[in-house]
Amino acid sequence: MEAVTMARALNLSLGDALANDQEVLIFGEDVGALGGVFRITDGLQKTFGDERVFDTPLAESAIVGIAIGLAIRGFKPVPEIQFDGFIYPAFDQIVSQLAKYRNRSGISMPVTIRVPFGGHIGAVEHHSESPEAYFAHTAGLKVVTPATPGDAYALLQAAIADPDPVIFFEPKARYYVKEEIDPGRKVPIGKARIAHEGSSVTVIAYGPTVSLALDAAKAAEAENIALEVIDLRSLSPLDMPTILESLRKTHRAIVVHEAPVFGGFGAEIAARIADEGFDLLAAPVTRLGAPDTPYPPARYEKLYLPDVDRILEEVDVALAYG
Amino acid sequence: MADVVQVVSTDDPVRPQFSSAGELTAEARSRLGLSADALRDLYRKMVLIRRADQEALNLQRQGELGLWGQYLGQEAIHVGAVSALEAEDWIFPSYREFGMAMCRGIDPADMLKLFRGLSVGPYDPKKFHFAPLTIVVAGQIPHAVGYAIGSRFKRSRDVTLSTFGDGATSKGDWHEAMNFAGVFKAPVIFLCQNNHWAISVPLAKQTAGSIAERAQGYGFPGIRIDGNDVLGVYAAVRRAAERARDGGGPYLIEAMTYRMGAHTTSDDPTRYRTQSELETWSTKDPVARYRTWLESQGMLEEATRASIEREAETLAQSMRAKIRAATATPAGEAIFGRVYAHPPEGFQEEREEFESSLEGS
Repeated sequence: MEAVTMARALNLSLGDALANDQEVLIFGEDVGALGGVFRITDGLQKTFGDERVFDTPLAESAIVGIAIGLAIRGFKPVPEIQFDGFIYPAFDQIVSQLAKYRNRSGISMPVTIRVPFGGHIGAVEHHSESPEAYFAHTAGLKVVTPATPGDAYALLQAAIADPDPVIFFEPKARYYVKEEIDPGRKVPIGKARIAHEGSSVTVIAYGPTVSLALDAAKAAEAENIALEVIDLRSLSPLDMPTILESLRKTHRAIVVHEAPVFGGFGAEIAARIADEGFDLLAAPVTRLGAPDTPYPPARYEKLYLPDVDRILEEVDVALAYG
Repeated sequence: MADVVQVVSTDDPVRPQFSSAGELTAEARSRLGLSADALRDLYRKMVLIRRADQEALNLQRQGELGLWGQYLGQEAIHVGAVSALEAEDWIFPSYREFGMAMCRGIDPADMLKLFRGLSVGPYDPKKFHFAPLTIVVAGQIPHAVGYAIGSRFKRSRDVTLSTFGDGATSKGDWHEAMNFAGVFKAPVIFLCQNNHWAISVPLAKQTAGSIAERAQGYGFPGIRIDGNDVLGVYAAVRRAAERARDGGGPYLIEAMTYRMGAHTTSDDPTRYRTQSELETWSTKDPVARYRTWLESQGMLEEATRASIEREAETLAQSMRAKIRAATATPAGEAIFGRVYAHPPEGFQEEREEFESSLEGS
């Protein structure tokens, strides 16, 4: 297949899900005639009709709330929340209802909530956030994020097929990177991948920071430092075996995400490594992310978010330990 | 209720059955089409659910339940609404609809497991078409609308009943759900059990306007009715359901009633409401009122009434015996068992560690 963007891969994946399973429904704000503000649902309403792909009123809590009712009715809802910073009105429906509904009723909730997330798009407030830790912290949810077009296609297929609720974070700054994809390839939820092999330091990334880590790996090669880059793909469940296997080679780990470091998902990874792989470590696990502030005006986002230089600095620090 | 202004709407088969004060007219009552047996059964159900409510309160007072929320005074709504629906119609309750659950055939002793701290979901909602009790106020209302939208997509004739209290109408989820229902013309009946109190906050401090009239702003009709008249509730829900089955869309019924008991056994209503208010409402008791009416129609003989009382006693004794004998699910299953349909590996490992830690203790 020819190279496609991540946006197109997601669009193809949604189209295939609609075609293969009559119970799949797509809905949200502007997903119909417009095709979504990022055009991820482009053309789907035209192909599948306005009862399979439909616009809703502008109300995130009810978007998730009706998804729960539709799931009870036997559908597989795939609602879209337009932007990361707009998911909070739906927080109660996601955390108190969707995540706990099966525990309360025995009724499975095959709901996939798609959410464009992360920064680097020069946007106004509330359009560049990384709220993944809130949801990873919530039992009953699965939280995934692809970093490549191929994974975007396959991981979305896996999320929609999964009988449990999945929060599917799409790294919107990576929507337009291109790659050849193989729609036949499967990516199960909960399996990380080694995006770049190396033996010096492990850089653990997900979503938008994977390409950053790969850029850092490339730059480090010039200094004969071989970074191993792990693309987590899934935050919950978390693939600890892949992380520990890498540490057996490198003995050093840096976690990179766009969210603020304080209370961020990196804390879980660092703590798990300390619990389960303390003897493997030659240096403290470092967390690299944003400062503990609200997302800044767009002009400052390059300074606010992690970049290649900051990863390389942390690599030097890690390597300086015995 | 003489000061109530009714919403006038075309395509409203509910309103013509009621006076402007929300009372079922004598003519509408005569056209309900319910047999004497069916009319007696409404009474029987009200007596049974009232006795169950009393028994649950007793059990809580004796330390057998952690908490109880009485529905004393709201029996006409519970029985009238459920009786007006078909078995395939789903009901999405909040947390005080124990009587509705009983009307759906759910074993009250099973339900009590929730209040004994044994389970967060002690019955199978799919078997009874009765969604889980929902404790976050208004949280269930969008679920009801989603289910109803799904019924429309499936070209099914079932309708959905969404029930909640007056407090819920202050929540965003209520507004969002009402709005979605109007836009999608969902076959859903919104039934507000306006019992005048949200814990300690009275209706006047909950909302400055009419709840029923708000329906118009969402594009469908609403009506305020006497919620202590079981036949009125039955008639309103029945007609609203028929309308929804025929593609007429949503309907809002605001059934006026009164929470005769405390919010829950943790509450103390003497701190915020007067005895005289309670006395006023006790003269409108839905069970006594309906009994008087049945007797006036010659449809309730003393022997029948006594037999219903005996049935209620037997039910109460059985509830008590069953809940006291209820066994706990093993901890591993109770805590981990239903969280995921496909539990992740790490989750299973955590469960195993948890279970093996219990073996050691």
